[in-house]
Amino acid sequence: MNHHIVLRVVAKLLIPSILLFALYTQFHGDYGPGGGFQAGVIYTAAFILHTLVFGLENTKKIISPTLVQVLSAVGVILYASVGFASIFLGGNFLEYGALIPSALPHAANPGGQHLGILLVELGVGITVSSVILSIFYNFAAEDDSDIEADGIPNEKGKHE
Amino acid sequence: MQSHFLVLLVAIPLIAAPVCVLIKSRALVWALVSVVSGICFLLSVKLLILVSTSETALTYAIGFWDAPVGIQYRLDMVAAIVAFIVSLIAFIVALYSRVSLKDEIKAEKIPLFYSAYLLCLTGLLGITVTGDAFNLFVFMEISSLASYALISMGKNRAALISSFRYLIMGTIGATFLLIGIGLMYAHTGTLNMTDLAQRLPALLGKQSVQVSLAFIVIGLAIKSALFPVHIWLPGAYTHAPISVSAFLAGTATKVSIYALIRFLFTVFDQTYAVSKAHLGPAFIILAVVAMLFGSILALKQDNLKRMLAYSSIAQIGYLFLGIGLFSVSGLSATITHIFNHAIIKTTLFLVLGCMIYKLGHAQLSQLNGIGKRMPWTTAAFVIAGLSLIGVPLTAGFTSKWALVSATLEQEYLILTALIMFTSLLAIVYIWRVVEAAYFKEHETKTTTVKEAPLALLIPLWMLVILNIYFGIDTTINIEFARQAADSLFGS
Repeated sequence: MNHHIVLRVVAKLLIPSILLFALYTQFHGDYGPGGGFQAGVIYTAAFILHTLVFGLENTKKIISPTLVQVLSAVGVILYASVGFASIFLGGNFLEYGALIPSALPHAANPGGQHLGILLVELGVGITVSSVILSIFYNFAAEDDSDIEADGIPNEKGKHE
Repeated sequence: MQSHFLVLLVAIPLIAAPVCVLIKSRALVWALVSVVSGICFLLSVKLLILVSTSETALTYAIGFWDAPVGIQYRLDMVAAIVAFIVSLIAFIVALYSRVSLKDEIKAEKIPLFYSAYLLCLTGLLGITVTGDAFNLFVFMEISSLASYALISMGKNRAALISSFRYLIMGTIGATFLLIGIGLMYAHTGTLNMTDLAQRLPALLGKQSVQVSLAFIVIGLAIKSALFPVHIWLPGAYTHAPISVSAFLAGTATKVSIYALIRFLFTVFDQTYAVSKAHLGPAFIILAVVAMLFGSILALKQDNLKRMLAYSSIAQIGYLFLGIGLFSVSGLSATITHIFNHAIIKTTLFLVLGCMIYKLGHAQLSQLNGIGKRMPWTTAAFVIAGLSLIGVPLTAGFTSKWALVSATLEQEYLILTALIMFTSLLAIVYIWRVVEAAYFKEHETKTTTVKEAPLALLIPLWMLVILNIYFGIDTTINIEFARQAADSLFGS
């Protein structure tokens, strides 16, 4: 890839701005068009561009498949934890208003509503981004060493 | 805390599923899944008791947004019965899966397997508790996507093809369901089931509302493997890991039929479904074909997993027969059979799991004399088989009795005769196994196959005992089912 200097320079210019735009879409989602799903897809687009230009191995050095798998779980846990937190703080499941103590009724508590939707969308963003990246990693992998002839772990499958 | 039980039933497996991915130890993941499905089971027992003692359905507003606007969870008697059986099966199969998965799935895939298992459970329980039509679709997708992944983890490559076939069929079914719900939403502007039920009667003259019912019925018929659209089922059940076959055979198709009941009786008016849409004769004809076709094909199978899969198609026929009668006793027979068949078919698949664990296969032609070498496993097969046939003092008898009396009530004698005839066919295909197991000598007497380990036998026999228990104490599967059918017709 050393001779593709135009591609490399353009990619280096584009990747940070793609990541920044993803974060804008993520955190401006409460006020305008956007949200976790779109942001996650845009965020992963930066990594996919990185893979196309610099190669899969280099991208895996930045974000390893193991980390991707962990992150895909963390997003869902974050989402569900917001639900459980609002139950423990005296509201219904996913009742954001209960998250921040306030004299106002839950539905009219702007701080809680804001925090809740921010965390939930962050969870969505993390999971969507990492799941798409892990799908991409799986398709991009050259060796299929983890697919054996029949995928049979124990050839006989007998316990005599 | 008690008011939150309804949402916890769904939320606990949902949060536990990603946690499974983070745990590396197989034993720890298994312990987590067993505890979580056990908690779900206890919650569903508690909810069943609450529903049976209260006059109205339990409701819960997610995020405290009230009914027509927010997503409402709503649990009435029929939902409570289905949630109870789903979480019961999930709990027992989870206990069973620790040993049986060792041979079937590579060690590093086990946490991912259990994650998909819990997601599937989340989806199935979600379908039962939700009172929102679109939410039902979302949960159906969660459970279906998880089950495609579970099936594809089977031992040989055929599992991938079967899973892909199920994916295609399942996605068509889900798309039809979504189109149907979308059309209803376009006309009523609401997705809440109770709200839909109030607004739809005035709009039933519109063609697109009628089409939406057609889309929903066909979509859910694909999901529940009714006769002409059953083709995904035999492959999926045959090639999936045995714990998955047992879990899905007991729950997935039953929950789809529950969803169909929900739409036909709660959302739409059942009088419309009978008098204008003429679903009754359609269901009865397809059900009869399914009963005959499934039972006859089951007779010809050498692979016992495939035999049970075809038997399931026949049993799904009974379920649709009950719905097709559009009477209180017909519907209550269907609910009874949803409950009983879940227990019966899961027991039979778990028996095959013990055989596969010890022998590496479940081919009828090589099972000669197995009765002497694995007495407890074979005895479990005999009891569950008797229950499938419908012998008195087993759970299966109660559903046959309910179905027969429902057909007699409307004087469909031909249907009564057909139920009897297909039961005879069930005797034949169960007898083939019993004959091989007890009355044929093993060719080479040198093999040293012994009984399956206790870790498999204990969950198996828990279900065997339930087969007999629910044949004697019929509070849930007859009385509660009757109450559920009454309230569905009353609404």
